[in-house]
Amino acid sequence: MSAQLKVNPYLPQAAEVVDNIEEAPGIVTLKLRLTDADARAAYTFQPGQFNMLYLANVGEVPISISSDPSEPEIIDHTIRAVGRVTEGMVRAQRGDILGLRGPFGTGWPMEKARGRNILVITGGIGCAPTASVVGYAHARRDQYGKISVCHGVRKPDDLIYGERFQSWCNAPDTVCMFASQESAPGWTGRTGLVTQLLDDLEPGAVEGMTMMCGPEPMMRAVAEELLKRGRPIDDIYVSMERSMQCGIGHCGHCQYGKEFICKDGPVFPYERVRRLMAVKGF
Amino acid sequence: MEPSLLPRSQFDNLIRALEDDGYRVFGPTARAGAVVFDEIHGADELPRGYQSEQVPGRYRLEHNGHDRLFDFVHGHESLKRFTFAAEERLWTITHNGQVKFNADLPDGKPTAVIGARACDIAGMKVQDRTFIEGDYAAYTDPYYGIRRRSLFVVAVNCATCASTCFCSSMGTGPRVSNSFDIALTELGDEFMVETGSPAGESLVKRLHLKPARPEHEQKVVQQIEAVAKSQTRSIDNFGIYELLFGNLDHPRWDDVAARCLSCANCVMVCPTCFCHREGEVAAMDGESSQHVRQWDACFTMEHGSTHGARLRPQVKQRYRQWLTHKLGSWWKQFGTSGCVGCGRCITWCPTGIDLTEEAAAIRANPGARA
Repeated sequence: MSAQLKVNPYLPQAAEVVDNIEEAPGIVTLKLRLTDADARAAYTFQPGQFNMLYLANVGEVPISISSDPSEPEIIDHTIRAVGRVTEGMVRAQRGDILGLRGPFGTGWPMEKARGRNILVITGGIGCAPTASVVGYAHARRDQYGKISVCHGVRKPDDLIYGERFQSWCNAPDTVCMFASQESAPGWTGRTGLVTQLLDDLEPGAVEGMTMMCGPEPMMRAVAEELLKRGRPIDDIYVSMERSMQCGIGHCGHCQYGKEFICKDGPVFPYERVRRLMAVKGF
Repeated sequence: MEPSLLPRSQFDNLIRALEDDGYRVFGPTARAGAVVFDEIHGADELPRGYQSEQVPGRYRLEHNGHDRLFDFVHGHESLKRFTFAAEERLWTITHNGQVKFNADLPDGKPTAVIGARACDIAGMKVQDRTFIEGDYAAYTDPYYGIRRRSLFVVAVNCATCASTCFCSSMGTGPRVSNSFDIALTELGDEFMVETGSPAGESLVKRLHLKPARPEHEQKVVQQIEAVAKSQTRSIDNFGIYELLFGNLDHPRWDDVAARCLSCANCVMVCPTCFCHREGEVAAMDGESSQHVRQWDACFTMEHGSTHGARLRPQVKQRYRQWLTHKLGSWWKQFGTSGCVGCGRCITWCPTGIDLTEEAAAIRANPGARA
């Protein structure tokens, strides 16, 4: 793929839908395989990176890669139908051809986290980029310490990744915890904000690397709370989201102060985005 | 190559030589009350005798009846329209049976542009940092790259400037210093001709011009110095990133938002603004589709929207996005200011907002909070 990116980074390559797995209503995981053998052989990625996926006649969207980088021939993308392009994309059938450009952006600090505990904080409708963190660590279970996943939602119905979380919870040395701002009958998680889950964790759980993805106010609140508790800022990472149309820092939409989210991120050390996250309208 | 002299009466020879070399020749033309670049075949199509009045929010082209060709300073267009197309097709898909992707690269036809100013060339070099692989970009945009490589620049040193010009303060002009093929300075009824590339040299040699004398070079220097001295606007770039990003809650943002229409004229006339949106134009029969791009602007609501959420709903946030980027974060991203001092955004702003004043107002009262 890198060869194609060097020649024309705007031109997608054909990728075949190998499978379409429904995760929840309106959310699927598309397994894609580049049709060109050379492109397939050249394609590698890091957990946390994203591809630009193209649906014929409709358009392109950035989608994070959710599968394991050790198997780059089949590339998983978990997609929620939220707009014109993704509404069509979730309906793609086995054998359909999509366009794929990538991979783009920075990955999670999985090397830096080696040998340490990992605290994953997610929020909202479920954040695909963090799935790659948990998947990566689980596939290399002996290289990482305890994995704690804290997920915050506004109301219990928003918890649509139930099954995936369940499989994570059943994995060794992994804890999943949930918080919902509103309660409902049958809700067994905490009622409140995701920050409150930090109190429920074993003390050791927060002493590793924190990797977050979700609404910015949530990530900021958790990061500031961790700092208050004496955690070093260098151990806090966030995955940011902005409109991205090119993926290579040319189209300008994802600019966040001096950062291009698409190429300097989407994964950032919290320190790099901390100042702007406190300001509305960037 | 030593400077030479081209009589104004022989300007056609330059155009013809470019055409003989296979260039499409573009030059400034007066049309509908403004100067626009158009394909030209003779010097009689140039805006002879025109001057422009440019003040914040006002542009008037006036015909004064003199013989000079380039005293109009500049119009709203810069070199950007030749290197970064306002709208272009990036690729096409066809899918009768199987989806196929085909790049629609520009034809790369050699294009010569007469009349580029120092600020235009500086603007192009700023955009090179965005679009051409190097210290600041990981990938070359081939659409930009092909147009850029096909461009032959006949620059003109300004003999006069608009009230909105401040290239001198940005260190980008008034004299062109590099990245040109030929540079002209209009003196009396002749041009001093300098060359800046092997292609420029070989073309000028074929014109068999008389060499310029030291007094011509002196006149050129005097003329350019006078232009620089006549500029009254400036931007103080010292610590400007820290200044602007340290004053994101400054009341001046509310003040300017009350005057800003969020129309994006400033972006459209800026020689360095590179934002573009991509879109899809599908054929009615569903058998093919074109993927196109257009210039975009951070003043539109969509520019700052992410999956439908409007991140910069207020005008003040959008103006702040533009100015903090143009004058501030551009330095961090590309090692240069995003402003070349052409002043177009001041002239073409319908309400006459002057970015030099906006930056100065924040510098004059740092730390104020709305």
